[in-house]
Amino acid sequence: MSKRILIVDDEPNIVISLEFLMMREGHEVRVARDGEAGLAAVKAHRPDLVVLDVMMPKLDGFAVLEAVRADQSLAATRILMLTAKGREAEQQKGLALGADAYMPKPFSTRDLVEKVKELLESRD
Amino acid sequence: MITGPLIIGASFAYVGLLFAIAYWADRRADLGRSIIAHPTVYALSLAVYCTAWTFYGSVGRATENGLGFLPIYLGPTLIALLWGSVMLKMIRVSKTERITSIADFIASRYGKSQKLAGLVTVIVVIGVVPYIALQLKAIAWSFTILKHYPALQMPDAATMPLWHDSAFVIALLLAAFTILFGTRQLDASERHEGLVAAIAFESIVKLIAFMAVGLFVTFGLLGLGGPELPQAVERAREAGLLDPLIKPGISPFQDWLAITFLAALAVMLLPRQFQVGVVEISDERHLRRAMWLFPLYLLVINLFVIPIAVAGLSMFPNGEVNGDTFMLTLPIAFEQPWLALLVFIGGLSAATGMVIVETIALSTMVSNDLVLPVLMRHWRNRRAPEDLGWLLLNIRRGAIIGILMLGYLYYRLAGEAYALVSIGLISFVAIAQLAPAVIGGLYWRGGTREGALAGLSAGFLVWTYTLLLPSFAKSGWLPAAFMESGPAGLDILAPMALFGLTGWHAVTHGLFWSLIANLGAFLLVSSFREPNATEATQARIYVDALRHRQPTSAPLWRGSADIAELMRLAERFLGVARTRTAFTDYAGSRDLPGLEALPADGQTVSFAETLLSGAIGGASARLMMASVTEEEALGLDEVLDILDEASQIRAYSHELEQKSLALEAASAELRAANLRLKELDRLKDDFMSSVTHELRTPLASIRAFSEILYDDPEIALDQRKRFLGILVSETERLSRLVNQVLDLAKIESGHADWRNEAVALQEVVEQAAQATEQLIQDRGIQLDLDLPEQPALVWGDRDRLVQVLMNLLSNAAKFAAAQAGRIDVSLCPSEHGWHVCVTDNGPGIPEDALELVFEKFRQTKIGGAKPAGTGLGLPISRQIIDHLGGRIWAENLPGKGANLCFELPAHRSETPD
Repeated sequence: MSKRILIVDDEPNIVISLEFLMMREGHEVRVARDGEAGLAAVKAHRPDLVVLDVMMPKLDGFAVLEAVRADQSLAATRILMLTAKGREAEQQKGLALGADAYMPKPFSTRDLVEKVKELLESRD
Repeated sequence: MITGPLIIGASFAYVGLLFAIAYWADRRADLGRSIIAHPTVYALSLAVYCTAWTFYGSVGRATENGLGFLPIYLGPTLIALLWGSVMLKMIRVSKTERITSIADFIASRYGKSQKLAGLVTVIVVIGVVPYIALQLKAIAWSFTILKHYPALQMPDAATMPLWHDSAFVIALLLAAFTILFGTRQLDASERHEGLVAAIAFESIVKLIAFMAVGLFVTFGLLGLGGPELPQAVERAREAGLLDPLIKPGISPFQDWLAITFLAALAVMLLPRQFQVGVVEISDERHLRRAMWLFPLYLLVINLFVIPIAVAGLSMFPNGEVNGDTFMLTLPIAFEQPWLALLVFIGGLSAATGMVIVETIALSTMVSNDLVLPVLMRHWRNRRAPEDLGWLLLNIRRGAIIGILMLGYLYYRLAGEAYALVSIGLISFVAIAQLAPAVIGGLYWRGGTREGALAGLSAGFLVWTYTLLLPSFAKSGWLPAAFMESGPAGLDILAPMALFGLTGWHAVTHGLFWSLIANLGAFLLVSSFREPNATEATQARIYVDALRHRQPTSAPLWRGSADIAELMRLAERFLGVARTRTAFTDYAGSRDLPGLEALPADGQTVSFAETLLSGAIGGASARLMMASVTEEEALGLDEVLDILDEASQIRAYSHELEQKSLALEAASAELRAANLRLKELDRLKDDFMSSVTHELRTPLASIRAFSEILYDDPEIALDQRKRFLGILVSETERLSRLVNQVLDLAKIESGHADWRNEAVALQEVVEQAAQATEQLIQDRGIQLDLDLPEQPALVWGDRDRLVQVLMNLLSNAAKFAAAQAGRIDVSLCPSEHGWHVCVTDNGPGIPEDALELVFEKFRQTKIGGAKPAGTGLGLPISRQIIDHLGGRIWAENLPGKGANLCFELPAHRSETPD
């Protein structure tokens, strides 16, 4: 079943890899290069799941997460956070702010695909 | 009009008033509301210094040599400036040691020596009894003069029968007064409240009386309605009568100096001054007011001396009236009976005040330091009576009567003799003999008992020889030839011109030689041996009196004692009740539950000894204690060890104080350093976190693509190729990053290797341009180098400089305009050396980021996209340039892009490498 997935990250190569993985799973993929564009894309395209990087120019991942969670109409959006900052505190913060899952970089592609699948299924 | 009975009645009424005041003050003290615990009362009691000799004699001295009377008051005024040290020390020592008299004070200082106390007592008694006689004489004189009112008649030699002699009656009255109010309790170190109150009152009376005559006469002199004087003064001046006043044969400078010095010593050392100034003081803070109030009193009481002398000389031009009597004869001459009576009372108050205090002080000394030691020797063979306190009080009472009678006898015997008339200053010189032992004892640790004995003896002998015996000779009691030449006809030893010293006043002469002998013997004999244990202990208490408020000599005693024995001894002097109270209070002060818990240690023995000292003096108390305790002799070494320890502790605590101050400063520094460290730590954390982030990002790509390629062999070839390309570039990025981080760390920590040499910047620029040629060409950017001909030599590491330029070039390549991109490199000489600029035609750097670009991982985004690069290139470049003594900065050129420049000092080829 095809889902709409939004990838928000400023690292071009990571975007390429994520895009490839999601498309291989048969999802419809959109990409945003920074937090602002990411938030706009969430509102415009209402993706089922957002893969959200934390360290980004303009608006960081936490801010985007907060904004999405603050919007009731976007409540159904699943959010998987990715970050190269592997600290425990960051993970706690992400989950506390309402992220559905949190994965550190570098991530295992298999785990990521599994996690995305799990999140999308939990919705249905 | 003024009859004998009236004068006698007034005298009795006055003395009766003294009794009443003393009685009232004692009652108040018993009720705990002390009247004398007041600084003004203390200052007034010090004015006991002004005796009848001042009251009548100042005018007399002024008629003889003008201002010559002043040094006697100048000395005390000057020395009062030093009371904050000298007197305060004396007071502190006396309070802690329960000192009862000046003899006790000296004896205690030099190891509590009974012999020394006895010697001091003898000197003081011999020096002071004639002075008491002088007071009695003044009373008798003034009585006789006043009795003949309105006739002016000088008293002739005393021929009256004993019972008609007013001096005798007064002496008896004073003995009664002194016994009543001076021997209420045995403890002589306790205050005599009533006595001091009466003395303070007397000081007021004599001041008022003197001022009354002064004002009366001065108004007359100024023509303000007083007696008719101006013409008389005019006549007297024409007759040359005022010459001694106006053209005083101003005593030579050394006389002034000597008498000032003498009076300065006397005001502290005279037994009566020590009594009121040191023993009777209730609070050492009273001294502060006395330091100005007492000199002020002296000034006021001397204000009218000259006017009265002028008036006297003018009124009695024929010299038939003695100048010493002007105070009294002037009011009589002007028929002012009440004023004359007031003067008589004033003179009486000046005389009685002195006699009372002097007698009480002397009687304490005589009983404690002369009689008691003899009795104690006696008691070695025979049992002593049980109630020693009562015995001692009676001895003291007997001493009072004895001293007064001695004074009276001397007055009767000496009469008009020179020996009595001139006794004032001679007495002062005797007292001055105590100065080396007292002052030396307060400021010098080296004095010994033998030194003090030798000094006092020598000074006293010289005093006797140069002052006392000549005064006897002048009185006709010794052959006049005595004064002419020394023993065996040796002129060099003539008592009035010792060693050929002539031309000085007898007092100056005597003072000079006696003090030289005294001080010389004191220092010389003291130098024979080191102070022993007891002397060293006492020296510490005296010399350090101002340093630690409560010196204890307790640890300096070692031996065995029994509390019951100690108390039994104290009870014999002080009575059961007082002893129990004192010991119980003492136990309380040591935080012990009661008497039973009191240990018989050094502290307790010392307490008991001090308690006893207040009654019988330090020297006798020490001997008494020795009879009931078994003291193990402490060697000097041990004492010095203990003292050393104490001073070490003092030094140590001073050191501790210093250290704690230093510690405070250090801890403040530490706090600041800690803050800096925390900041550095935070920066390091930030750096580590940034590095981690920068490492994880390429790693994430590498892992993702490796897994994709590994998991899926089906991937199309072109995509596979693309992914592999990403893997390669991310790996390169990763290794570059690792290299740069290590590089930066090395440079920052100072561990980097620098292969410095003279480098031509042209070569550096060209090498860097070559290395980045590919990158620049790929982006279609044109690179222009503007290099001078002449080699731009700098001192530096060639590879690192190339690295800097490569960083700048690749940076510029990233930011140069996408189309028609340009990079210009310029090299030109500058003020400080060589100036290199790499300019691009990109968007430039925001103004607020010009400095930030040199921070780690601070990458400026171009159009929102993240530039390739590690974010460490510029920070590393800055480290390198800084290390080489140059500077690097970023700037924006108007209309152009970013301009990154650095400057390096030029290397002079002739400079040795």
